[in-house]
Amino acid sequence: MTPRRESRFRLPPAWAPYVFISPFLVLFAVFGVFPLFFSLYLAFQAWEPTSGLQAMHFVGLDNFRFALQDEWFWKSLKNTLWLAVASGVPQHLVAIPLAAFIHHSVRHLRDGVVGAYFLPYITSTVAIAILFSSLFSTDFGLINLGLNAVFGIGNIDWLNQPQFIKPAIALIIFWRYLGFNLVLYLAAMQTIPKDLYEAARIDGAGWLPQFLYITLPSLKPMIFFGVTLSVIGGLQIFEEPFILTGGRGGSDQSGMTSAVYLYRMAFDFNDFGGASAMSWILFGVVVVLTWLTNRAFKPKGADA
Amino acid sequence: MLTVAAFPLVDEIIKAALPRWRQRRPDVDIRVLSRQYIDHHTAMTTALSTSVRLPDVMALEVSFVGRFAQGGGLDDLAGPPYDIARFRSRWVPSAYDQATNRAGAVVAAPADIGPGTMLYREDILASAGVSVDDLNRTWASYVEAGQRIRATTGAYLIAHVSQVKDIVIRTGLKPGEGLYFDRDSRVLVNSPRFVRAFEIARELRRRKLDARLAAWSNEWAEGLKRGSLATELGGAWLVGQLSNWIAPDTRGRWRAAQFPEQSYASYGGAFYAIPRQSNPATKALAWEFIQLMTLDRAVQFAAFKGFDAFPALLETHEDPFFEEPLPFLGGQKARLLWRDAARRITATAVHKQNSFADEVIGTELDNVLDRGKDIASALGDAERLLQRRAKR
Repeated sequence: MTPRRESRFRLPPAWAPYVFISPFLVLFAVFGVFPLFFSLYLAFQAWEPTSGLQAMHFVGLDNFRFALQDEWFWKSLKNTLWLAVASGVPQHLVAIPLAAFIHHSVRHLRDGVVGAYFLPYITSTVAIAILFSSLFSTDFGLINLGLNAVFGIGNIDWLNQPQFIKPAIALIIFWRYLGFNLVLYLAAMQTIPKDLYEAARIDGAGWLPQFLYITLPSLKPMIFFGVTLSVIGGLQIFEEPFILTGGRGGSDQSGMTSAVYLYRMAFDFNDFGGASAMSWILFGVVVVLTWLTNRAFKPKGADA
Repeated sequence: MLTVAAFPLVDEIIKAALPRWRQRRPDVDIRVLSRQYIDHHTAMTTALSTSVRLPDVMALEVSFVGRFAQGGGLDDLAGPPYDIARFRSRWVPSAYDQATNRAGAVVAAPADIGPGTMLYREDILASAGVSVDDLNRTWASYVEAGQRIRATTGAYLIAHVSQVKDIVIRTGLKPGEGLYFDRDSRVLVNSPRFVRAFEIARELRRRKLDARLAAWSNEWAEGLKRGSLATELGGAWLVGQLSNWIAPDTRGRWRAAQFPEQSYASYGGAFYAIPRQSNPATKALAWEFIQLMTLDRAVQFAAFKGFDAFPALLETHEDPFFEEPLPFLGGQKARLLWRDAARRITATAVHKQNSFADEVIGTELDNVLDRGKDIASALGDAERLLQRRAKR
């Protein structure tokens, strides 16, 4: 190979960073930025998709007005909030004490234990939903068999009775994200200086005061981070209810989260404009609730 | 080269017709693009909305014909150069009407239809001492017969009451009338048609005559196999499904009858359409291909014999094949029943909110059945929800 030939294919050093980062930027532009702005545009249009792109026409705020007056949209928002609280709050209430326990008491098989809790987080949602739909099966499901053996409760139709769908979904989400939060809190606990605990023990503090006055306050930044993620994730719950209810939202729509509803609005009910408006309203709700979380949990003096 | 997009079993039917196409047009190859049912219709929606990668011919299931007929994405076959109206009298009337939209445009040509009948277990009826007439005289006698069947044999009358609801809300519709909305988008659900459907469904549930099983679930298939379901309402093609894989061992025990009170309903059907934005150079060929699939006696017959696709082409209906006894139905000449039903079915006008209305009515029926909501307020709530959507 001649040096001349080599130079022809050499990248100018000034370009290198842009070329190396371009795969991400191109993918992000195509699958991230473009859909984002297209949906913002669609939110102000009425569109019969099978007529082609030229069939769109501008309708101003009509789609937003429709969304805000739509009973099913409010129903789906309530479902979403219910699920976000019922699956999100227990994640943290269990993960923090559990992390403290593992941090202080489990030495030997620690990685194995943490790995076991973390495993659901990296498992495919589809596999999880299929597994749980057989666990929740009315006649042959393990959950009903267990309830029957322990409490003598009859067979519950978990996935078809409106009052049971939400708890079933919340349980799965809780189970799935517990490990993720556990890892967050464990990491944070490892940064708490050991001498704080030593000093406390010398002063005669038991494990509970140590937990309440050392561990918890030191975890506050991580709690802020974890809760923020839970708020954002909780408001976007889609896959678990979508698969468990066969993509329909369940009996009386009681498992229909806002994300599931706006998907159905577009692809089942053919209303892309309405669906886009709803997605932007949902985005607004996420922003407001994240801001409130910020106000509630952000460590004092840390805002800069 | 002609590209045809299709879904199972339409793709198989097309492939079986290819030799006949080659006889006519040895110079033109057909490429069949086959996708699963949902994927196919999603791909067609996307192709129409962006006008990219459109096939020359698209097969469509009847519910999507109604949906696509409201947009302007498909060629109007009534206009030049197609002039489909000259073939109108050769097809089952409801099938042709179903592809006609409010503006009078005909967006697709009918290939096959799904005339509905009631399948019932002859052996279960016999041991319960119930006659066919008891079963299909009136809906009231159907319920009474079900009660006797349940008491004497333990079998459920039907898998789910929603099957009955779906027929009763379609009963008495005039051709071209809408199911949930009329031509001016007025909501029709708060009407005697729906009240009656809900009442019959509630009565069936109150007497515990339905097994509360969703069609196509494992438990449903098992029920048909084991004989715990005495009747099943569905299209003619259901016999093929039962004999091929759901319950082949029940051969000889089933019979067919018309629905109670001479109601008629259609269960699916396949059509062919030409996208407006497809290659203009191939449109004449596309139309020729569609005519082969929908107007050629031999092709229509092969689809019926090979794939249980009941022909939309009327001239096939006079063939002695219709008089042949069906072994799965104990030698009954059931094709005559389906032929009769096919001519009496009326097309229903499709509104763009139909699939939302389906969902709302299904939900309110659940509320009535499971939570004891009264029918008047259930239908009132449904009406209110649909009114808000009607003009969107």
